[in-house]
Amino acid sequence: MAQPGRALPQPTPETQHFWDGTKANQLLLQRCDDCSQVYFPPRPFCPVCASRHVSVIPASGKGILYSYVIHHRPVPGFTPPYAIAVVQLAEGPRMMTNIVECEQTPEALQLDMPVEVVFEPQTDTITLPLFRPAKG
Amino acid sequence: MPHNTVAVVGAAETTKLGVITDLSQIGLHADAALNAMKDCGLTPKDIDGIACANETPVQLAHYLGITPTWIDGTAVGGCSFMIHVRHAAAAIEAGLAKTILITHGESGKSRIGNPPRSVHPQSLNGQFEQPFGPMGPPSMFTIPVLRYMKTFGVTEEQIAQVCVVQREWAGKNPRATFRNPITTEDVLNSRMIAYPFRLLMCCLVTDGGGALILTSAERAKDFPTKPVYILGTGESAETPMISQMEDFTSSRAFRVAGPTAFKEAGITHKDVDHLMIYDAFAHLPLYGLEDLGFLPRGEAAGFIAARNTAPGGKLPLNTNGGGLSYMHSGMYGMYALQESVRQMRGIAPAQVPGAKISVCHGVGGMFAASGTIIFSNQAP
Repeated sequence: MAQPGRALPQPTPETQHFWDGTKANQLLLQRCDDCSQVYFPPRPFCPVCASRHVSVIPASGKGILYSYVIHHRPVPGFTPPYAIAVVQLAEGPRMMTNIVECEQTPEALQLDMPVEVVFEPQTDTITLPLFRPAKG
Repeated sequence: MPHNTVAVVGAAETTKLGVITDLSQIGLHADAALNAMKDCGLTPKDIDGIACANETPVQLAHYLGITPTWIDGTAVGGCSFMIHVRHAAAAIEAGLAKTILITHGESGKSRIGNPPRSVHPQSLNGQFEQPFGPMGPPSMFTIPVLRYMKTFGVTEEQIAQVCVVQREWAGKNPRATFRNPITTEDVLNSRMIAYPFRLLMCCLVTDGGGALILTSAERAKDFPTKPVYILGTGESAETPMISQMEDFTSSRAFRVAGPTAFKEAGITHKDVDHLMIYDAFAHLPLYGLEDLGFLPRGEAAGFIAARNTAPGGKLPLNTNGGGLSYMHSGMYGMYALQESVRQMRGIAPAQVPGAKISVCHGVGGMFAASGTIIFSNQAP
């Protein structure tokens, strides 16, 4: 749950759907209706072909741990050491996140291990998408 | 674009480097600018073009008493100065200005007149990276490295070797901040900052500045200094978000800027006598050596560990000691350029004997942008 002091996002018109999605426990990506590219972070056009014909799609919430560091310095809202990770989603895009329900050690955090999304409410309006080792 | 048609005629760093408590950021700019003008016998009245990054060129033009016909405020991080050199060369070639001053000053350590940077929570970085606990470059620029290490089988010991070799170069430089020799064990036993990065794998934080003055190669012959010609230049950008790099084992911005400069210069890698690769962190020389085409992918760590870039090696790299040991005020590119110019003038503390071509490669942000400059001391 909420960790006081943690930096929180302020949605913009182009990203509001993403944060509405996490609040409803859904991880949303976008896909180009013309070239089928799935992309992140949100924007109202395709970063590959520039088409404005794009749709919001639900992601599976599955992915792999792509890379990370284990941060040892104090940051508001965090207790070091903690991993700052990038996951690669099954749909292709990568996103920064934290890995929870897992020891924050190199031994526990193996690259390419399967992870799945969990939703951690921070405020009434903001829920962050975090990831944990996939269960089965 | 120019081939040997533009030259650096003035070059200087701030009078002091390290901890400077008697000058603010703009004062460091001015100190470096006045030193560079003195270096080549000019006054502000002789300057008609100005570029800088962390202050506006308007601010510096007024502060120094310059009336410019050309200004450039490109501010894309630590490689801004390579890009200023590129733009200045094109401007001189096009007749937009005759004598261009590029300045940098940064109170990175003492933080006088250097407002704190912040990430706005509505920016893409603020929404999609900052909530997950990064605190500046040591916790972000380093995120791709575990993927690089796994892909190529690179070890922490090999990354530590980058720091050890650069400290050897720093030991030859009286102005380097850290000069005492270090061992691989010293690096691996230093305090953990962001696994796998330890303190000695991260750059210094110091105060300082530097300035360059460029003019046409034709006019350069009339200056008291030995001209350093600009053979080739390149620039590019990828992403402001480290999580969105296309390939965590290679920088697209490097792969565009570097080869663009080589093509423009019309040289091959074998022609390069001296190399600077911006080293905010110990992995940067690995990515740089590979993405600029000096080595096949995955071979840079072994190349450095085998002492090819060390004093006496075949490819002298970061001969001032680099951002890891010489100095790093936050935007380091200006200091890399200064070392390339010293090497081409033949006056570097760790001079590479007979060096004729120097490649100077910079990064901006965290693999966000890039600029490459190829210098030569050979007249056109």
